[in-house]
Amino acid sequence: MYETTYHRASSVEDAVKLIGSAEDGKLLAGGQTLIPTMKSRLAAPTDLVDLRQIDALKGIEVSGRSVRIGAGTTHAEVAGHAGLAEVCPALTHLAAHIGDPHVRHMGTIGGSIANNDPAADYPAALLALGATVVTDKREIAAADFFTGLFETALAPDEVITAVAFEAPAKCGYAKFPNPASRYALTGVFVAKRDDGVRVAVTGAGDDGVFRADAIEQALSTSFEPSALEGVSVPADDLMTDIHASADYRANLIVVMAKRAVAAANG
Amino acid sequence: MSDVSMVVNGRNVSGSLEDRTLLVHFLRDTLGLTGTHVGCDTSQCGACVVHVDGKAVKSCTMLAAQASGAEVVTIEGLAEGGELHPVQAAFKEHHGLQCGFCTPGMIMAAVDMIARHPDGLDEATVRDELEGNICRCTGYHNIVKAILAASEAMAGKARQAA
Repeated sequence: MYETTYHRASSVEDAVKLIGSAEDGKLLAGGQTLIPTMKSRLAAPTDLVDLRQIDALKGIEVSGRSVRIGAGTTHAEVAGHAGLAEVCPALTHLAAHIGDPHVRHMGTIGGSIANNDPAADYPAALLALGATVVTDKREIAAADFFTGLFETALAPDEVITAVAFEAPAKCGYAKFPNPASRYALTGVFVAKRDDGVRVAVTGAGDDGVFRADAIEQALSTSFEPSALEGVSVPADDLMTDIHASADYRANLIVVMAKRAVAAANG
Repeated sequence: MSDVSMVVNGRNVSGSLEDRTLLVHFLRDTLGLTGTHVGCDTSQCGACVVHVDGKAVKSCTMLAAQASGAEVVTIEGLAEGGELHPVQAAFKEHHGLQCGFCTPGMIMAAVDMIARHPDGLDEATVRDELEGNICRCTGYHNIVKAILAASEAMAGKARQAA
């Protein structure tokens, strides 16, 4: 790891001030991606602004079907929240399968979405849930927030404070984890509401998370795994790498979507 | 440089460190607590697992500065007096190790796992929960056996105490 200067922010305002005065600073949430990236010298921020001690960023509120998750809430806290499991069990299931128990004790929802790894789980959930990303400056719809590989709509000194959404009538998540890294080789989140079905795919797109139109249409007619028999997803904009070809991922999307629907229907 | 201070295995410790110092290096190099191991450079193997404020974390994926003010427990802090912690005793009894390199992290992960499952563990849960700990010798079989036995033994103790 190259040299860096560590700062501990006491509040969101303090974090904004600290990051604003840094030459090439990075906000540090749980650090479960940033620290390994710095260790391998793929990132070398001059300054780190640690958000982990800011109480205002922590906690989960469930009021009726309205959910608000503080950006500094860890994956373990999301996974273990009984109230959230009641209204949106797919999200607690998703959080329970990120990384491993030790990573889940540190990693946060805010850090995950700010990084927008194309194989991360949360982006699929937020996009399918039609969630809102709340920052210290504004509210951003998930569809506008994730802009490309490791790219988001965030300004350099903008701090995510929370994620908010209305829990859908039904939701499900299924992923095929890469056998080595456990990142999603393909992950599909489905959310069914009265006005339609939204399906978001992670791990497969060559420009990050996206919605699968063909699958949404098929499921809007019948929200059953069988509705996806014969449905195919074009491989054109999918990723090919050493782990899987675009065609393989295209097939996985449909398979994972079926499993996600089965999970959503319980 | 950062001034860090924390409680490690019940003892107040402090040091002045480069900000980039990882918690595991503070534990091993500054404090001489070499029971916590570094097995990979990619946050995958879990040989460096310690408890920070009661939760298992990878000490190679956390700066010492991040842990300043925290309570840290390492493998050296488990045994009380001359008596092994029940998880340590179970690993010995069930031969849950061969070369022993992953063992400190396995045991710290197991103590955390048992604490999070007060109603007991089954084999599938233990194998699932060991996702973040790699062993290249045992094939995990005796590690799983040891953790299940420790979980039973600790539940028994808790029942006696109640």
